[in-house]
Amino acid sequence: MQFFDPTILQSGQYHDWLVQGLVLSLQLTAISFVFALPFGALVALMRTSTAAPLRAAGAAIVEGIRNVPLLAHLLFWYFAFPELLPEAAREFLYAHNPEAVCAVIALTLYSGVHMAEDIRSGIRAVPATQLEAARSLGLGRIQAVRLVLLPQALRASVPPLLSQTVNLWKDTSVATVIGAAEMMYQAARVETASFRSVEAFTFATLAYLSVSLLISLAAHLYQRRYPVRPA
Amino acid sequence: MLELIDTYWLYFLVGQYPDGPLGGLSLTVLLSGAALLLAMPLGLLLGIARVSSHRLLSWPVAAVVQLVRGVPLLLVVFWVYFFLPAVTGVKTGQATTMLLVLVLFDSIYLAEIVAAGIRALPKGQLESARSLGLSYPQALRLVVLPQTLRNGLPSIVSQLVSTIKATSLGYIIGLSEVSFIATQVNTLVFTQAVEVYLILALSYFILCFGLSRLAFLLERRLQRRAVQAS
Repeated sequence: MQFFDPTILQSGQYHDWLVQGLVLSLQLTAISFVFALPFGALVALMRTSTAAPLRAAGAAIVEGIRNVPLLAHLLFWYFAFPELLPEAAREFLYAHNPEAVCAVIALTLYSGVHMAEDIRSGIRAVPATQLEAARSLGLGRIQAVRLVLLPQALRASVPPLLSQTVNLWKDTSVATVIGAAEMMYQAARVETASFRSVEAFTFATLAYLSVSLLISLAAHLYQRRYPVRPA
Repeated sequence: MLELIDTYWLYFLVGQYPDGPLGGLSLTVLLSGAALLLAMPLGLLLGIARVSSHRLLSWPVAAVVQLVRGVPLLLVVFWVYFFLPAVTGVKTGQATTMLLVLVLFDSIYLAEIVAAGIRALPKGQLESARSLGLSYPQALRLVVLPQTLRNGLPSIVSQLVSTIKATSLGYIIGLSEVSFIATQVNTLVFTQAVEVYLILALSYFILCFGLSRLAFLLERRLQRRAVQAS
């Protein structure tokens, strides 16, 4: 047996499994991102709100989710959460790819609270005088937030949000624990079926690495194009 | 839930010990503490190399940092678990595998903490130490590093929180840490998945939240001292 046989990565069944895994990993990342970003923005708004109960609720959400490992989240959402659902909803879930759905729920919550903290520090990085100055120029509250606060806050939060997306991309690998057929799962499956572990893990490593580096590069380019201007 | 804790608390805390290897929550805590301690010297060296003015030193470290940060921890666990026995000929246990992987990741992240700490220190510190006649290694050891480490303490505590969370990935290779034990308890009692996994989440929460509060308090204390000093 050859030590490294690239042909199994180019065509055939193992190639198909690995590519399917890659596609599902990308899908999990994209779908979780689409849900996590608004969730994170909402939690960040709660945490920066002037109402104390909202701030406390936001802090509880962030700390409660962030201090439990993603693996424990996945175990909970996959094994425990369906039992809390009414009969009909549970059957609906079991009929519609429960592994992927539960992975998306766990990844959204976990990634969302980390994004919330990035957005919050972006909002806090804008000096309070900016908002006061905008208000004293005669802008309304909403206008001041939309035209003065948000553009500056977003500019500061895009790079950390992108690096959070790299984490989300890497975190999809943990979904293998509940049997979601993403890339890590498929690599292990190829390993079990063929003992071609070097090839399978090399494929996975290169795939994870190239997507991560691409997103990091995007963050770097954004930071160069739109540097944060000190106010 | 109380009944569940009452029956399984010992199993949850130490696994099969003393009839088998140590497991459960104590393994989680011991493994993460040991990993961070072992990674410390390596992280210091890598961090110093990262800010070195010699490109021959700083570039390889930067490349390794990019590489390790670009792949999931889980993938490295798989590589080590499948290849270490093949290369060394010795069968490596789950705990050893996980310890190796955690030391690797921790030293990389600690290197970033150390490098950031050194960069954040006012340049005058190193320059005045040098002009007082200390050599570069002496200046690092006596002036720069003590301050860097003290300022970096909150980040190091946060790194411990990340390490505790990362030990849960040992689950995949069958390491009997607390998540694995919880799943075994879940199989035994069968009908109480919600309670079992809530207990698991709560134990992690108490541990990690407690530590992150500690990091926060340390940070505030350091800030107060910095204000007083200036």
